[in-house]
Amino acid sequence: MAGLGFDETELRLGLPGAGELAARSSGKRGFAETIDLKLKLQPAAPAAVSGEEGAQEDKEDADAAAAAADEKMSMKRSASQSSVVTAEPDPDKPRAPKAQVVGWPPVRSFRKNVLAEKCKAAALVKVSMDGAPYLRKIDVAMYKSYPELSMAFQNMFTSFTIGKCGSHQQLKESNKLRDDLEYVPTYEDKDGDWMLVGDVPWEMFVESCKRLRIMKGSEAIGLAPRAVEKCKS
Amino acid sequence: MGRGGSRAACAAAAPPWHSLPDEVWEHAFSFLPAAADRGAAAGACSSWLRAERRSRRRLAVANCYAAAPRDAVERFPSVRAAEVKGKPHFADFGLVPPAWGAAAAPWIAAAADGWPLLEELSFKRMVVTDECLEMIAASFRNFQVLRLVSCDGFSTAGLAAIAAGCRHLRELDLQENEIEDCSIHWLSLFPESFTSLVTLNFSCLEGEVNITVLERLVTRCHNLKTLKLNNAIPLDKLASLLHKAPQLVELGTGKFSADYHSDLFAKLEAAFGGCKSLRRLSGAWDAVPDYLPAFYCVCEGLTSLNLSYATVRGPELIKFISRCRNLQQLWVMDLIEDHGLAVVASSCNKLQELRVFPSDPFGAGFLTERGLVDVSASCPMLESVLYFCRRMTNEALITIAKNRPNFTCFRLCILEPHTPDYITREPLDAGFSAIVESCRGLRRLSISGLLTDLVFKSIGAHADRLEMLSIAFAGNSDLGLHYILSGCKSLKKLEIRDCPFGDKPLLANAAKLETMRSLWMSSCLLTLGACRQLARKMPRLSVEIMNDPGRSCPLDSLPDETPVEKLYVYRTIAGPRSDTPACVQIV
Repeated sequence: MAGLGFDETELRLGLPGAGELAARSSGKRGFAETIDLKLKLQPAAPAAVSGEEGAQEDKEDADAAAAAADEKMSMKRSASQSSVVTAEPDPDKPRAPKAQVVGWPPVRSFRKNVLAEKCKAAALVKVSMDGAPYLRKIDVAMYKSYPELSMAFQNMFTSFTIGKCGSHQQLKESNKLRDDLEYVPTYEDKDGDWMLVGDVPWEMFVESCKRLRIMKGSEAIGLAPRAVEKCKS
Repeated sequence: MGRGGSRAACAAAAPPWHSLPDEVWEHAFSFLPAAADRGAAAGACSSWLRAERRSRRRLAVANCYAAAPRDAVERFPSVRAAEVKGKPHFADFGLVPPAWGAAAAPWIAAAADGWPLLEELSFKRMVVTDECLEMIAASFRNFQVLRLVSCDGFSTAGLAAIAAGCRHLRELDLQENEIEDCSIHWLSLFPESFTSLVTLNFSCLEGEVNITVLERLVTRCHNLKTLKLNNAIPLDKLASLLHKAPQLVELGTGKFSADYHSDLFAKLEAAFGGCKSLRRLSGAWDAVPDYLPAFYCVCEGLTSLNLSYATVRGPELIKFISRCRNLQQLWVMDLIEDHGLAVVASSCNKLQELRVFPSDPFGAGFLTERGLVDVSASCPMLESVLYFCRRMTNEALITIAKNRPNFTCFRLCILEPHTPDYITREPLDAGFSAIVESCRGLRRLSISGLLTDLVFKSIGAHADRLEMLSIAFAGNSDLGLHYILSGCKSLKKLEIRDCPFGDKPLLANAAKLETMRSLWMSSCLLTLGACRQLARKMPRLSVEIMNDPGRSCPLDSLPDETPVEKLYVYRTIAGPRSDTPACVQIV
């Protein structure tokens, strides 16, 4: 076909970039190895990472953009693998927990949620946000503190808040709650009462949180005093 | 065939046929149900176009952004049943930003204005709000069927509006939706005089429903054929519900576990004994082996068994399935293991569809190629497979292809990306090539494991009827994508993730994209420049890009070399959509 450089797109067996790794016994780069590479590469070569992120703004590194196809490939590959949650770098342990890539294996999120709930009944809680037409689910026990949880909210609803109200900056400070904030995270505790997130020590919150709602600040005003009372009692 | 016949009739009646009144043609068109036939006939002449347009009763819109709702309603004024699909398929796996779009509201608003006689609505992967459901309840006086599949955005308050407002409702079918439970007893809003229900499926609903209300509803709806309960309905209540509805053809049980009591078992067994018409069984949430024998008396009649949420395993499971000799459709988890599938192979010879899901997507997995080979060897009618396994070989795939050239759907997921043939350590190219070469009627294919461009050469050349192709972690150069886009004559949907495919094959085959419904590419090697070129070259395509939320900035300011993380291309006659969130940009 016209416009398709076959010399460049020549058929090769094995994966691109496999050349450098030819010394390896299999001669092919397995998935676990690509993740392994990525994890080692990240702290060791911060320049490459920042180059990728800054690619849009500072285009003066035109040389970097004209990098070889293989290099570009490994950069791009890392895009989906930036979502790696856990990784088992030791290839000698095939039964160890596997690296998790978003959307792989292709099991419906609905099914995953149902199965996850069966495994650890109360750990997953729903998060809703006023005005956002979708729910998320999180395992609060995965987080260690309120600021971490706030960051998680921010990431969860960012595409929505940027478009609609741009209030994620305020959400970031949600551990210092104020009535005038546009959105505040609230939760339903095990007694069925709605409270402000941050009203009790973190561990107590993890124990009692049944679901979360990121509420319009104006609607959450009534919650604050009750929360304080409850905490004292 | 229908087309040919009509043409012959036209030729015979040549002079006066165009003077036949439109009503006659409209009546004639009522005998032409298939949308493809109708589309072809509508292209014959202007009076047929008119007649087809006015007589169309069912409308399916495979992409909600392919046409404007108002235009669709105006063109087909007599529609009674409409189906609209929204987000790309990969949304099921969390690859599409949640706020991407696909709001049902514009479609419902247009329908409310133009189709007051609408009876059926189906939405798939769309955002349906409570206001949408309220509008449905208020707008269509003869509304009968509501089917929502993989939708979100609504709560039990919206369901309450449907229950209270749709007096002639026959089907309420809620499949795998995210529904918020706002503790409203929505079932109690069906009026006491309401008896028309034929299908009630709320299996995806989390949270309790009022059982007394449900029992009363089931008792008075004598035509109820399908009842699918959710996990919150306890086992003892199932027995009493079944006594009230022995006419059921399809049942989704609630929670199928309880401490063993012989009287509860006897009650259940008696209840199932009364269900002589039961053909389809699902649910069995948390099923425990002790109660499985209660199903035995209905096994013989079952044609469909969905145990894909039943975490039961062991000899009791296998014994149960082996009694279901007339199964055509079986969905299970990999807990069945290879030897369980061997029993399926020897017991269920009428099987047409098999789906085996992973019980733990990140765990070790229980299945190998063995189970699928056995089933393919013994079930001559098997034509559709979804199979998650840990390992595979080319030899097994070649055997499967030889055993079952009648596959129309073959979806194989080897859990670990880039997994080679575990015996020869070769890529699985030869195995998947055998599938496309021998299964000439294949319409849907998902491939996985270690694959090079060779497999795409074979798919492009042989998969003439393939309509949907899913690719992940495969190929090694642009050539792979070029083979697909320049071959695969019937391809409608192509979805690709994490493959080293770049700009060139996309631009070289741009015209192909206009013959397709949609293309999804994420984590490949695309640049913004190519997307721009594509959009310029093909004005009828909508070229959407999605980058990481933190990285979205005005498109115009970005250079051509900017990598594109996610691309979604679809043809549309409505022009670029106006409801994009910040994370989506139309080139």
